[in-house]
Amino acid sequence: MDIAKFISHKSFLLGFIFILLIIVATLPLYATRYSIVLLTTIFMYVVLTVSWTIFSGPTGYVSLAPAAFFGAGVYTSALLGFVLPLPAIIVIGALSSACLALLVGALTLRLRGIYFVMFTFGLVELLLHFILWWEVNITGTTGRVVPTVDNTTVYYLMLTILVIVILIAYLIKHSRFGLGLQSIGECEEAAAHTGVNVTVLKITTFAVSAFFMGAAGAIMATRWTYIDPRIAFNPVLSFLPVLMAIFGGMGQLYGPVIGAVIFTYLEEFLITRFPYYYMLIFGVIMVVAIVYLPEGLVGLTQKLWNRISGVKYADP
Amino acid sequence: MIVTILDILIAGLLMGGIYALIAVGLSLQYGVARVLNIAHGEFIMIGAFITWTLYRFLKVSPLVSVAISSPVVFIIGFILYRTVFTRLRTSSPSPAVFEGKSMLACFGLLFIIQNLAILIWGADIKGYSYLAFPIDFWGAKFAANRLITLGFAVAFGLVFYLFLARTRMGKAIRAAAQDPAAGALMGVNISRVLALCFGLGALMAGLGGSLLSMSYQIQPTMGLEYTMIALIVIVLGGLGSIPGSFVGGFLLGLVGSIVTYMQPGLSLVAYYVIFMLLLLVKPTGILGR
Repeated sequence: MDIAKFISHKSFLLGFIFILLIIVATLPLYATRYSIVLLTTIFMYVVLTVSWTIFSGPTGYVSLAPAAFFGAGVYTSALLGFVLPLPAIIVIGALSSACLALLVGALTLRLRGIYFVMFTFGLVELLLHFILWWEVNITGTTGRVVPTVDNTTVYYLMLTILVIVILIAYLIKHSRFGLGLQSIGECEEAAAHTGVNVTVLKITTFAVSAFFMGAAGAIMATRWTYIDPRIAFNPVLSFLPVLMAIFGGMGQLYGPVIGAVIFTYLEEFLITRFPYYYMLIFGVIMVVAIVYLPEGLVGLTQKLWNRISGVKYADP
Repeated sequence: MIVTILDILIAGLLMGGIYALIAVGLSLQYGVARVLNIAHGEFIMIGAFITWTLYRFLKVSPLVSVAISSPVVFIIGFILYRTVFTRLRTSSPSPAVFEGKSMLACFGLLFIIQNLAILIWGADIKGYSYLAFPIDFWGAKFAANRLITLGFAVAFGLVFYLFLARTRMGKAIRAAAQDPAAGALMGVNISRVLALCFGLGALMAGLGGSLLSMSYQIQPTMGLEYTMIALIVIVLGGLGSIPGSFVGGFLLGLVGSIVTYMQPGLSLVAYYVIFMLLLLVKPTGILGR
């Protein structure tokens, strides 16, 4: 039996998601403070990874700009933190992130492949260094204080964003919109010739994906209490979503989710157990995952499942 | 006034020499071996730390330890390509997929190498003083070691260019850069040539690291900044073009020193602005094909 078909069996899937949601939503009533905080971080990475996959998964444009969009959200939170209520800040942060994405998307229309990758990464570094310089030379202060919000509120907000982003990702994937994106990934010229409005499609999806990254940034900022450009625009946040998506496997929607959950938990586990070797082990896992798991965890389980259930040829 | 202009010009050239040397290595790795080596700066760091260790404990002159550090880095690069990247290359369905995956693998290597270095040498900033006496250019003063660095950078660049242009191996490398499949049909051992290119790229990085350790402070986390600069330089000069890397390196060095003179702290911002403008206007670079 095909594991993908089994899992995407409607009633099974809906029931499973429903139970999972109930457990996750009632968790703050009985779980420890630590697990709530850890889960919030896991949710954040799932949001980043899934929203990265919305654009980069089907189109094949590898964007290294998540840190820029996330940072835009973080900075919105820091600038407006004492002025506006949190939900308003999240919306504004998400919108400013989406606007940035619209601008970048319009600028990078002609760039493909490695040039697009480098441009998006350059964007992160440019923003980071420009704001650093601005804060040191113009305002004379580095870093800002963000008003704190209690853990449970942050948890529920992040959970809400998470549910919305997965829903949106599902809707996009199963619509004409998603089909258009897929065709851009297969062959952009052919897509344009068959009537897909390549430009509009790419820019809108890029903005949608940035919207959620910005929202995640605006929420997370309240948990850090103090932020500076190096925290807000940390380049590692650009690479991790990509890795998590690849680690999980991008073929199915649940691939990036599983990848993000396992990766974040692994990171937390390594930091607490091996504080000195954590980054080293992390690097080794990264290289091994890329070299030996070309289709990610989901692809691997599919392969194992096929072997166990005796299917000779998996349908592609 | 003249002294100031001279000051800025020479400082730019001195910086540009190092940029060029580093970029040539990355250009080779990306132009031929098709690996966008994010861990390039880590090879620079290894070169710098080997030189520092030899000078600090055995009093070996940095100019001699270049001959020790660069083969070490070359071997590391060669083995890495033979193990990790050859496997990725053969298992990837298309060159574009290989480029994406190899870049991410390099990011993993960056973590591994950087943290091994922290375990071995500690995370502190290190430095030493060698040939630091000033030399006078019509009023503008520069440390002797920086001039030697420039000399070495130009010499190595020239030797390397001749190697590519004149030797049989160089021809094989150029063939592999143009069309690996056709090259293989003409009897070029592609796997070995690509690994050699990656190793040579690492060697150039190691050389750069050894040389810059004479005049700049070093630490295990210094790599990424140099990688980014090398990236900017190769885009500026044209991806895969060796002379382009040199032109781009000196150009960026000059821009850096002019911006530093006008508004210190903004030079990195200026680099990225140039980089992104260039990507938008002429992504093939100044001397690109």
